[in-house]
Amino acid sequence: MSEPSLEVVDLSFAYPDGRQALRNVDLHVHHGERVALLGPNGAGKTTLLLHLNGILRPASGEVRVAGLVVSDDSALEVRRRVGLVFQDPDDQLFMPTVGEDVAFGPANFGVEGEELEARVAEALSAVSMLEARERAPHHLSYGERRRVAIATVLAMRPEILVLDEPTSNLDPASRRELIDVLRGLPITQLIVTHDLPFALELCARALVIDDGVIVAEDTTVEILTDELLMKTHRLELPYRFDPRQQLSS
Amino acid sequence: MLYRHGTTPVHRLPPQVKIVALLVFVLSVVVMPREAFWAYALAGCLLVGVMILAELPAGFVARRMIVEVPILVFALLLPFFGQGETTEVIGLTLSVEGLWGAWTILAKATLGVAASIIVSATTTIPDLLRGLDRIRVPRVLTAIAGFMVRYLDIVAGEFSRRRVAMAARGYEPRWLWQNGPLAQSAGSLFIRSFERGERVHQAMVARGFTGRMPVFGDRPATTREWWIGLSVSLAAVVLAVLSLTVLR
Repeated sequence: MSEPSLEVVDLSFAYPDGRQALRNVDLHVHHGERVALLGPNGAGKTTLLLHLNGILRPASGEVRVAGLVVSDDSALEVRRRVGLVFQDPDDQLFMPTVGEDVAFGPANFGVEGEELEARVAEALSAVSMLEARERAPHHLSYGERRRVAIATVLAMRPEILVLDEPTSNLDPASRRELIDVLRGLPITQLIVTHDLPFALELCARALVIDDGVIVAEDTTVEILTDELLMKTHRLELPYRFDPRQQLSS
Repeated sequence: MLYRHGTTPVHRLPPQVKIVALLVFVLSVVVMPREAFWAYALAGCLLVGVMILAELPAGFVARRMIVEVPILVFALLLPFFGQGETTEVIGLTLSVEGLWGAWTILAKATLGVAASIIVSATTTIPDLLRGLDRIRVPRVLTAIAGFMVRYLDIVAGEFSRRRVAMAARGYEPRWLWQNGPLAQSAGSLFIRSFERGERVHQAMVARGFTGRMPVFGDRPATTREWWIGLSVSLAAVVLAVLSLTVLR
């Protein structure tokens, strides 16, 4: 197969207080794939994400983005290639207007003038938020802010989109809009989530991480129907939810 | 907020022009001698003209003028506590120097505050920040102001949710000495905001931030815009010069 969009090889990491957050993590996401990363709270998901664009550096092992190894020298280019969408859109949207926030990323990589305008318009259209361009982020609804947060990284034209709990705090209608937006994006995606029906709907393949270790990797439907695995790693489906039936319907 | 939406010529002027015009206007009013009542009156007329042009209702401006009240209270006390020569007004013994002091504060503060209100009501905050950038105010300061505007609502919202949570458990502070829990909560709010700052920084770094804030939507003002924008302020400068020289 071709070079994976994202490849994590034997990654380990401990926080300064000695807590071992990640142990020998291996994972790869191929071009055009949508992969779910599942796991209970405190499993090390967010820590792993912060490695993907070099904000945290591994104690051992390495991360490669489209073949480029994450290091001090490559960090800036890696950040352009990996679009990281944080869990709380209020952390991600810090500029006075939506348009400026979306322009922040590409501007840091030297895009300017009409090209920058076009990038902003393109990214906001991709999440159906073009009309909010001149508005202030704090005047948007939570679901709208989440979509704008996605646009802020799309504007960098990344190789891979990495989302941290994209459905948290969304009402069902906003969640549905988000699913439609993500499904419509022609870009490789790694989605960290607790929302198992969401993972099933969007991602063919899933990984389970617990206590800093990747404990399972399979098709999403196989993972969600493996009762022992689910129970051991504190994953639970909604009441009477049958993944097989969902997929066939 | 302070901004009042509109599409008048005043709204459309580039922000840096308005900021410079405001500064020049305030400085001219400040140097006007206190005896030149006519100059203050004419400067006031200039402002009323701009207000009409900007389609700002009198009531809107009047409500904003409330910020001036503490200064006015101070000014009104001056005639009672001023030194030196006194005069009798409807049975009250007032200091002449104090009366002059009160008048100058009243006139200069009112004109300055009214001019600031016009600028802030016709310029959005992002535009104001861009204007400040344009006239070379250090980027660090405008960035801090920008973050403050962005996060003020969030921090205030968090604080009011805590108050509600406390009230829901029967805490209703009435007197100053009952405010302990509120103060402690402000402390933990500070820590939370600090942590948010770290997360925001991570989000910035993740999008290629290397220590320099980019500026957008910024365009130089044309010579024509400078002349139009500064015309009112230049009129105020003329008033100030006249009142200091020939018409003294």
